[in-house]
Amino acid sequence: MTRELKTNSRLEKVLVSGAFAVTGELGPPRHCSAHEVAEKAKHLVGNVDSVNITDNQTAVVRMSSLAAGLLAQKEGLEANMQMVCRDRNRIAMESDLLGAHALGINNILALSGDHQKFGDHPQSKNVFDLDSINLIQVIKMMRDEGRLLSGQELPPEGRPKLFIGGAYNPFADPEDYRVHRVAKKVAAGADFLQSQCIYDMDRFRRFMAKAVDMGLTEKTYFLAGVTPLKSLGMARYMKNNVPGITVPDSLIDRLKGVPKEKQAEEGIKIACEQIQEFKEMKGVAGVHLMLIEWEHMVPTIVKEAKLVPRPQV
Amino acid sequence: MIIAERKPVDEIKGFIEGKKKVLVVGCRGCVTVCNAGGTKEVGILASLLRLDAQKDGRDLTVDEHTLERQCDPEYIDELVELVEKKYDAILSMACSVGPQFLARRYPKEKIYPSLNTCFIGGALAHGIWAEHCQACGNCIIHNFGGMCPISRCSKSLLNGPCGGSAGGVCEISKEVECIWHLIATKVMEENRLDEFAPIQPIKDWSSSRDGGPRKIVREELVK
Repeated sequence: MTRELKTNSRLEKVLVSGAFAVTGELGPPRHCSAHEVAEKAKHLVGNVDSVNITDNQTAVVRMSSLAAGLLAQKEGLEANMQMVCRDRNRIAMESDLLGAHALGINNILALSGDHQKFGDHPQSKNVFDLDSINLIQVIKMMRDEGRLLSGQELPPEGRPKLFIGGAYNPFADPEDYRVHRVAKKVAAGADFLQSQCIYDMDRFRRFMAKAVDMGLTEKTYFLAGVTPLKSLGMARYMKNNVPGITVPDSLIDRLKGVPKEKQAEEGIKIACEQIQEFKEMKGVAGVHLMLIEWEHMVPTIVKEAKLVPRPQV
Repeated sequence: MIIAERKPVDEIKGFIEGKKKVLVVGCRGCVTVCNAGGTKEVGILASLLRLDAQKDGRDLTVDEHTLERQCDPEYIDELVELVEKKYDAILSMACSVGPQFLARRYPKEKIYPSLNTCFIGGALAHGIWAEHCQACGNCIIHNFGGMCPISRCSKSLLNGPCGGSAGGVCEISKEVECIWHLIATKVMEENRLDEFAPIQPIKDWSSSRDGGPRKIVREELVK
């Protein structure tokens, strides 16, 4: 797809150029040390086009995604600020969107958010004033129509030029409905979509074929989510304990066949094979690398998967 | 109906600590139907409190009375004579409307809620109740195959199912069904994906509790 740029986002420029995009992920600390953000950022600079800054993921309190995003940008990264609907109502979200762009954020990833039952404050009240699809609509309205949900107009120079992202999960249920939910995100105005961690390649191929068939990949850039398995234990945990993630037995068996100390290496190898297939898969515009608390392996994986050097845009 | 359940008996015992004369007031409305605060449950609670006092050698009188409803002043008025008998505590076994109405009508009395009011729901089977409504004040269940995602989805999503829906259950617990799984499955079975494709508009919550405490005035009924 070719089109005019809507924002100053580097990620948008890479995608519009037709290059295979690479995004990373950085989880803010559970305290206020800017140093930790800078340390994690070091591994990502030059290796990704943009980095997702998670918003209190798994409902555990962390440094805000806006603050950590700005710290990451100081280190030379481009932040993709995640925003969940769990903790803020439309007033707070619109306000933060205005503030985020004023401070230099160019990408937003709109999410519903993990339920607080999982987190460190299960006694809290949740919000869910909007859902993720509604949030995408609101950001697009602010950017393209120049108004808030209230109807309040934004002057041309005061409209947040945000590149709008969403998430998709082909591995949640019901399987046949997943592509239709993604279609709603595309219709809402998502510019790009990043998937949940992919392990079940058969199911992902089926999903992408449908998305291509429905013309969704012509309207929105689809990035494939990759999280290398560190160990057999992690593979089993993901399979049995994380709702909405499927790990096929063939992968478990493959890791079983490798000595424990070589399993991480094998996990990286599997991820690189996946990335190679994504590069060739119709409708896939890039990969989203989620190396959770394993950020220092990003340089290795982008090198082995031949994702570097990143294009200069 | 409103589904409630009795508070833990220790909490109720705490309410009447040091008191000698107690009245337990039931309600023949919703809480009778959900077996939480009808005549039978009033009898059980009163017996529990008497036995407990007897065991400790305490002097305690527990009287019982069940009103037609505790959410209507005309029935609350019926308690006038009983209240004159000077109780140290009145335990309401209605939903939380009941003890509030009692407290307003009899401001000098010590009124305690003996039930926890849980949700608006229905009986799935004998002894099993589930939430079905959050009283948002603007019902749109016809858009969701007759199911309410506001009350029955953990995140009240209007455009679900979220990425945590797995095997028909919600990400928060295997005990919680994913209502969006049921909605989406129904839509697909009925081949209605096209009419279901439009995005559900952003909800106006002002008719919900978010708009402030609510009140309905039906002019034709007001004397």
